[in-house]
Amino acid sequence: MIESLRGKDLLGIKEMERDEIELILETAKSMEEIMSRDIKKVPSLRGKTVVNLFFEPSTRTRTSFEIAGKRLSADVINFTSTASSVKKGETLLDTARNIEAMKPDILVIRHSASGAPYFLSRKMNVSIVNAGDGKHEHPTQGLLDIYTLRKMRGSLEGAEVLILGDVLHSRVARSDIPALKKLGARVTVCGPSTLIPRWWQSLGVEATWDLDEAIRGKDIVIVLRIQLERMQSSYFPSIREYVKYFGLNRERFAKAREDAIIMHPGPVNRGWEISDELVDCEKSVVLQQVESGVAVRMAVLYLLSAVKEKTAL
Amino acid sequence: MIVFRGGTVVDYESDTLDILDVFVEKGKIAKLARNDQFPAEGDFEIIDITGLHVMPGFIDLHSHLREPGYEWKEDIESGTKAAAAGGFTSVVCMANTDPVNDNPEITRYIIEKARKKGLVKVFPVASITHKLEGKELTDFGELLESGAIALSDDGKPVMNSLIMMRAMDYSKMFDALLILHEEDAGLSEGGCMNEGDTSAVMGLTGVPAVSEEIMISRDILLAEYTGARIHIAHLSTKRGIDLIRDAKKRGIRVTAETAPHYLTLTEREVLGYNTKAKMNPPLRKEDDRKALLEAIQDGTIDCVATDHAPHEELVKSCEFEEAANGIIGFQTAFPLLLEALEGGSDNIKTLVKLLSYKPALLLNIDAGSIQEKKSADLAIVDVNARYTFTEDMILSKSKNSPFIGWKMRGKVKMTVVNGKIVYRDNQVNDS
Repeated sequence: MIESLRGKDLLGIKEMERDEIELILETAKSMEEIMSRDIKKVPSLRGKTVVNLFFEPSTRTRTSFEIAGKRLSADVINFTSTASSVKKGETLLDTARNIEAMKPDILVIRHSASGAPYFLSRKMNVSIVNAGDGKHEHPTQGLLDIYTLRKMRGSLEGAEVLILGDVLHSRVARSDIPALKKLGARVTVCGPSTLIPRWWQSLGVEATWDLDEAIRGKDIVIVLRIQLERMQSSYFPSIREYVKYFGLNRERFAKAREDAIIMHPGPVNRGWEISDELVDCEKSVVLQQVESGVAVRMAVLYLLSAVKEKTAL
Repeated sequence: MIVFRGGTVVDYESDTLDILDVFVEKGKIAKLARNDQFPAEGDFEIIDITGLHVMPGFIDLHSHLREPGYEWKEDIESGTKAAAAGGFTSVVCMANTDPVNDNPEITRYIIEKARKKGLVKVFPVASITHKLEGKELTDFGELLESGAIALSDDGKPVMNSLIMMRAMDYSKMFDALLILHEEDAGLSEGGCMNEGDTSAVMGLTGVPAVSEEIMISRDILLAEYTGARIHIAHLSTKRGIDLIRDAKKRGIRVTAETAPHYLTLTEREVLGYNTKAKMNPPLRKEDDRKALLEAIQDGTIDCVATDHAPHEELVKSCEFEEAANGIIGFQTAFPLLLEALEGGSDNIKTLVKLLSYKPALLLNIDAGSIQEKKSADLAIVDVNARYTFTEDMILSKSKNSPFIGWKMRGKVKMTVVNGKIVYRDNQVNDS
């Protein structure tokens, strides 16, 4: 096992080595142990500052990072675009550099533009964590998903995973796919033919738009959130038709393996991409994912603050 | 009289590739003579260019000089300096200025400014529609009379097919050239790179090749129907080439250009969210690049134009999807095209065809060949010079080139416009 991460940033799963992923998962285990204590706080990051720099609305991811930072005793500051100078026409780089000038140790960035944290990473010395960039990656979600799965079922070697829904626009899919594949799983994506990238082969997956066929024998089903705006821009004609062909319900889920697991990155549209009853069923690990999220983000913050070399790659 | 002695004259029109002395007098080529016929006496200044090639000055069919309106990016003075350094003696500048070149006042302003400040000849293109909105035609006749060389809404497609057909029909009585930016606005919406496996992995919205091809196809059909003369700007796709090749066979009056970057780069250049590789049309795939290389050899593509599009650092130093489209190109066109043609037969003559002869023919201007009585517009080049292209060599106000740091072969040593040396050995002569 390696002892530290190689770069100053966590930008995407795609470019991570497996040993780095294993290090984060291993570290997250210790973090989870801390969370089970009566006093859920350790002094590891005392004196360190973490800034959540969110240019897109988010409550769960931001809260998760905030709790993660606070449990490690870091000072956590939230900066959201609505309460910022972004609307006054300041550039992304200027905003980020202004924050950097206040000497934070880690910037956690969410932005609606794919690649935004990569751009900032090249221009700045502070450690950057990608908390979701446009349609590109959401690496801590990928990590928390594989952490949750490891915990639930052990190894992912040879596991059959189905990712269901709007893969085209999903940063969760673009992080889950490499994360799962690096740990040995096989991934199939399924969704309306308009929402599966035309070049799905480049993601290293199988693709189909026949859910009833695709779900057979799957060990894991990751359901993605549908966004209403996709319907408005004609990616699919109606929620009704989406639910008919791609909604996950008990009948369809019965075709998966008996011990199959259901995941969803949230927030869930109950009754749309997944039926109300399935969200809460014993096979669903939706809340465990949220719980793992804090442990994994604690691990990421902890490990990045320990990276000695803070220069850009 | 100036005599350029000892260089190899390359002329496509007269099929010349020979060591000849070029006598220049009163802005014209007075005589071409073999070295042994050099007169013993006479009043001339001799410039020894032994070992160099003399080409007809390059003509850029597609550039953005940004004046009026965006002078912080480029102006006619800085743009034509960069053009001179690239061997260009004539540049065609697009109408997407601010205000748009959609009325004779602006056309005349550009021409007047170029006369005072321009180092090379400047030919403004007027827009096809008012404000590039694609709705109402501009006054083609008055614009052409004021000096507009062609008509184009470059930067934007004319989406309404009826307006396009009207433009074609109306252009016929002036035999005007319509330069067309081919892109279906609906298919391209939100796109910022080529749609394909790379965009899928990078999570960027793509511009599919078919967005360009569908409009090329439409405009070929309209040109066939109307008989108008159209020129396809910055061709970037394989299927687009096939459409044009086929249209030419059927006798439709269509010509096409591509740009040096489409011959040398692919969409992979965008990896890492590199905004210096962001342009419209976007860099495509290796198959497209190869097809473009074939098409410049087989003549489907008539010319190579730079699409010189200066942008300040600020609009490139940002989120990829927000970044401005375009790269500068005057000073890299010649070495890049030389490289792209390497290995082909008659590559030096082909280069002259693509950069000088054909553009002059399309624009119907006195340029593009080295023959007696022609304007003395010359690019004198060293095809063997090897160097690294660095930012400090750039004479444009903007430095947005993906080729900084590239090892180049082929350098412009001297540029002559109307017999005057405007650029020589890394120095512009703006006296």
